[in-house]
This record gives sequence, C-alpha cells and structure tokens, in this order.
Amino acid sequence: MTPRITFAVAARVLTQIRRDHRTLAMLLLLPCLLMSLLWWMFDELPGNTFDSIGPALLAMFPFIIMFLVTSVTTLRERSSGTLERLLSMPMGKGDFLGGYALAFGVIAAVQSVLAVTLSVTLLGLEVQGPVWLLTVVAVADAVLGTALGLFVSAFAQTEFQAVQFMPLIVIPQILLCGLFVARDALPPVLEAISNVLPLSYATDAMTHLVTSADTAEVWQDLAVVVGFAVAALSLGAATLRRRTA
Amino acid sequence: MVNNAVEVRDLVVERGGKRVLPGISFAIPEGQVTGLLGPSGCGKTTLMRAIVGVQKLRSGTVEVLGEPAGSRPLRDRVGYVTQEASVYDDLSVTENLRFFARVLGVSDDGVQRSIDAVDLGANAAQVVGNLSGGQRSRVSLAVALLDQPEVLVLDEPTVGLDPVLRRDLWAMFHRLADSGVAVLVSSHVMDEAQRCDRLLLMREGRIIADDTPRRILDAAGVAEIEDAFLALVESGAADGPKEGVA
Repeated sequence: MTPRITFAVAARVLTQIRRDHRTLAMLLLLPCLLMSLLWWMFDELPGNTFDSIGPALLAMFPFIIMFLVTSVTTLRERSSGTLERLLSMPMGKGDFLGGYALAFGVIAAVQSVLAVTLSVTLLGLEVQGPVWLLTVVAVADAVLGTALGLFVSAFAQTEFQAVQFMPLIVIPQILLCGLFVARDALPPVLEAISNVLPLSYATDAMTHLVTSADTAEVWQDLAVVVGFAVAALSLGAATLRRRTA
Repeated sequence: MVNNAVEVRDLVVERGGKRVLPGISFAIPEGQVTGLLGPSGCGKTTLMRAIVGVQKLRSGTVEVLGEPAGSRPLRDRVGYVTQEASVYDDLSVTENLRFFARVLGVSDDGVQRSIDAVDLGANAAQVVGNLSGGQRSRVSLAVALLDQPEVLVLDEPTVGLDPVLRRDLWAMFHRLADSGVAVLVSSHVMDEAQRCDRLLLMREGRIIADDTPRRILDAAGVAEIEDAFLALVESGAADGPKEGVA
C-alpha cells in the first residue's frame, strides 16, 4: 500500500459525496431523524424502553447505511470502467479498499457524532460509560458495513442486485443481534449463529456502554467487530481482479 | 532498425465460451501510429485489453516493452483509453485529472499539460457528467496522457468528434509517435486508415493485413482501404480454420 494513493482515493470519494448534496444530507441527518422517531414512539409509554433499544440502533444505522452506500458506489466503479483503469495503474488493491474505508469512516464519524450528541442531550439517553467510546464503536460499525458492502459488490452485476443483498446479509443480523429477543434466550442453534455474526458484537458493545461504566467488555466486542471488518476487506481485496474474462 | 513495443504470439482468447481471438501473432513498432481497423465486433477491443493486460488469456503470449503484458513494471508505462470514458462523471475535469495524477505520482504541471493537449482548458472546471460525449472521451484521453506513457492504446478515440478536433488529435498522435511512443489506435471507420503509419486490418478475430497503408493498397491494386479490405476478404485471406467460432 502507498499512503499517497490511499489518501488520493479517500479524498476523491469525499469530494464526490460533497458534490452530491442530497446524499450528503441523508447521510448526516437520517440517523438523527430515526433516533428522534424512536424516542417519540416510546415517549408516552411507562418505563425506559428508549434507553434499552436506542444503543442497538446507534450501532445499526451506520452499519446499514454504509453497507448500502458502499455496495452501490463500488459497483458503479466496477461497471463504469474506472476500477479497471485504476487497477491497470500502479494502484494496490489495499489502496483502493483502504481509501474507501477511510473516506466512509470519516463520514461515519461525523454521522455518529451527530446522532450520539442528539441522543444523549435532547433525547436524554442515559449512558454510564464514556460517551466518546460510543462514537468509536459507531465508526467501527460503519467500517464493518463498508467492508461487507465492498465484498458483496463483487457478486452483483447491477445496482438492483446490490441493493437486494441487504435483506440477505443485513436483516438476519438485525433479527439475531439481541434487539428483539435477548441472544441467550434464543434457541441454541440461533444463539450459536448469532455468536458468529458481527452485528451481535456491535450491539453488545453499545449496550454495555449504556448500562455499565466498565469498558473492558466493550473493547473486547470492539476488537471482534474490527476483526470482522478486516476479514471482509481482505475477502473484498481477493475479489478485485486485474484481469477479467 | 525499428524496435517492437508490443509482440503478440499465438494469442487465443475466449469470452463467454466463444473463441474471440483464435490464435494471432503480430508486432507493433515503436515510434509509429499503428491503426487497428476492422468492423464492429471483430475483436479489436479484446485484443487491446490483452495488450494492456486486463484480459484473461486462453493461451499465447503478449509482451510489451519486453515484459509480460499487465506486469507491475508496465503499469505506469502503458496508457489505455477505453471506448467508454472511464472517468468520474460527478467530478470536474480538473478534479478527475488531479486524482489520477496523484495515483500515478504526476505533478500538477502534468495535469495542466494533459488538459491543454486535449484542448479542454475552457471546460476544466465543469463536471464531466455535463460534458458532451466527445468531450468526455477527451477527458479519458487526457488521463492516459498524464504519465507520458511509452505505449498508448486508444480504443476508438475519435468517434463522434468534430473534424477539426479529429485532425488535431491525429496530429498529436503523430507528435507522440515522433517522440518514440508506440501509438495503437482502433477504429471501425476505414477512412481513418490513411492517417496511420501502419495498419492492422482485422476481421473475425484474425489479422488479414499488416503493412503500411500504401503497400496494402498497392498489393490489392485499389485506391481505398475499404476496397482493399473487400479484396482481401474475397481472396480468402480472411479464411482460417474456424474451429470454435459460434
């Protein structure tokens, strides 16, 4: 990998997104709007359901949004011929993937700072652990979404197909991550499956942060999420071929 | 003595189960503009992809500047312009070129030189998506000129361009060739043949003529390349073993 090239890719992706005002607005505001909607839903109910569901959603939004954005963007790059052109230049696969991960990581950081700030101030989300760590976990989740999006874009021929990978890759993870049924209360087979899905660890990390001031488990979960992201990026690199049929 | 920039030996390429190139051999000299002419679908693009090293080969060898096509040392010595403009529609002309320049390690002077070479100075700040088809393909060409390649492979670069611009581009190809660059230009328009130093006529995946335009015309005893092409096809030069051709 060459830092000059990695940063060039990241800067280019950010310029493209800055150009697209509608996408930029949606990336930054959508998580805030959805958190507000969630808070409002539980506003008049007894108990503090928002405090128990909110953290899981803070983990989920960056993951889902980055998965979608990345799978479509990279597919566009594959089909427009720009990827082929870049790979015929002195560009490493790591530069390409790293550049994308970096650019979307930056966007995820801004997105998460906004959503987390809104949640802990106006919406009154009670967080026992350090608030900054909430943002770190959200960025890791976004990078995970980016990595998986890059990987699946190799298996889609059209943007239409790429979008269909969301129900396949993302929704099972949402169902099994502990949001609907606590993971230890799932049937043993499903619990075992949920143990190998990265979003489970992302959700666990957020929940720990909100309910406890002890951060040891958060770092463990975070390490698992980052491990999955690195594995997906490596698999993604394997799908970038300089020569095609 | 003319050195060969590209040497292709017994090249066989299959795409989607169909034998697109059934085994061809030829060479492209340095310092000349070589035209690759043939009808749409005859395998020109596949052949160019093989030279650039992005095409999977079935068998045979392609050597560029003495190295296997597509190998690492060639990545900043070979410029390739695809038929579709491979640039970012949502960036301006300058932003596109700056990005590719950074990837290639070329300075900002190189960006300006490239923009001037394709005469896009007046459009430099415009977003590529708002340009015309011809302007977009010139942006793509400008990217290929950035690192001053020794081999320049251009897939139908002059389609749909204004005659004045077309003349200027051909003049630029010859200037590049005079400085030692091997320029390979494909076209399905036979009247561009006269602008080339050397011609490869192609039909159904085979090279049916490989010579200067003058000698191809003289050998066929005609005045137009189109007629020479017909004469070659009718004399059977184009018929080879057809195994595998669907």
